[in-house]
Amino acid sequence: MKYVEEFRNPKKAQALQKEIQKLSQQIDKHIKIMEVCGGHTHAIFKYGIEELLPDNIELIHGPGCPVCVMPKGRIDDAIALCQNPQIIFTTFGDAMRVPGAKSSLLQAKAQGADIRMVYSPLDSLKIAKENPNKEIVFFGLGFETTAPSTAFTILQAAAENITNFSMFSNHVLVIPALQALLENPDLQLDGFVGPGHVSMVIGTEPYEFISQEYHKPIVISGFEPLDIFQSIWMLLKQIVENRCQVENQYNRLVEPAGNKNALTAINQVFTVREKFAWRGLGEIPNSGFKIREKYAQFDAEVKFTIPNLTVADHKACQCGEILKGVLKPWQCKVFGTACTPETPIGTCMVSSEGACAAYYKYGRLSTMAKRDKSGVSPEPLSV
Amino acid sequence: MCLGIPGQITEITNHEHKLAIVNIGGVTRQINIACIVDEQHPPEKCIGDWVLVHVGFAMNRINEQEAAETLQLLQEIAQSYT
Ligand code: SF4
Repeated sequence: MKYVEEFRNPKKAQALQKEIQKLSQQIDKHIKIMEVCGGHTHAIFKYGIEELLPDNIELIHGPGCPVCVMPKGRIDDAIALCQNPQIIFTTFGDAMRVPGAKSSLLQAKAQGADIRMVYSPLDSLKIAKENPNKEIVFFGLGFETTAPSTAFTILQAAAENITNFSMFSNHVLVIPALQALLENPDLQLDGFVGPGHVSMVIGTEPYEFISQEYHKPIVISGFEPLDIFQSIWMLLKQIVENRCQVENQYNRLVEPAGNKNALTAINQVFTVREKFAWRGLGEIPNSGFKIREKYAQFDAEVKFTIPNLTVADHKACQCGEILKGVLKPWQCKVFGTACTPETPIGTCMVSSEGACAAYYKYGRLSTMAKRDKSGVSPEPLSV
Repeated sequence: MCLGIPGQITEITNHEHKLAIVNIGGVTRQINIACIVDEQHPPEKCIGDWVLVHVGFAMNRINEQEAAETLQLLQEIAQSYT
């Protein structure tokens, strides 16, 4: 497939690997690079990219999986909405297995709630038209990549005057999360592989503070293996040349100012929440989108009574530490024993973009542990 | 969940609602093109465009020139090892 296969060429990957090797030899310290986006985490595991990197280059898997950072309380709120027999609840499939305090949307569906998986938020409008006597509530989630699609959906509902549709907005924002991470003194990072598809919406300019205030290099990257290799190569070049800049490897899709239409739609429909709770990371200021008052009739939080639950994360779960890159998945006591993709305790095990699920699925424990400088045994401990 | 997939627009199906047909590796599907149209680039000019498809929307146009330059650079690096 065009724009996919060319970026998987093994010859070019090997050449980049050698270039990375050369650069790493000019750096006499252990380098930690965080890939922010869950899509990158998934690709890195799928293609075994980290194993092809020199020993002194370590990848830290960041918080960029919107499903992984969804707090339990919001899932429970969603499940509470689904209990209303008037409501047809629509959601992306990704959210179905995320555990709330007692159950997941999948379990609620099995118990009779009318929950439907949709491919696009626009599908919810179709369901709304087909079911005029029901209320359709869409579970709006995702980063800035997905927010334009839900914003356009609300604009279209307004244009067509569809009154039985609303959205439960749980959109989260990448930049405030990065800021919170950079403020964390535990975190030792030498650079970032930046989220390509978030950036195709917001552009590269919002990342400038990372280089200017925190003096870290960042390279916005595509998702194919060559993209990721090239981004790591560009980052190491910056480190060797003692530069810290925002660079753009993914310029076939990302422009400095982002996508104007997408940003306009987001701005029309959403406003930034004062704070939003992230699973494992706690409350982060200005890190979520809520629906503007102008579109209140499409805001499920206005239209329905939502319990607004706050539920503490599971005691054993170390997702927070994983998301901050402080711990590796196998260092969590319940990894692979009580917590598996079939019975996830924490969200990092739910989505295929979560670090725990990636380690579990692709089983790179032995090689990864060999590289791991902490010397902690990769054997999962029993509870 | 931020994933997207490249596809090529083959047909405009609804001007008013900005809907188009996109071909993704041989599979066709209807998508919304509101993110990629403006006065200089109205829907009818989108036919043939390569776009990144995410949750039923064309999120951005793929810049073919930039893609070619990236591949050219990688080609040069690869050649230096042969
Ligand atoms: S193994 Fe499970 S409980 Fe432990 S950090 Fe990962 S997701 Fe959380």
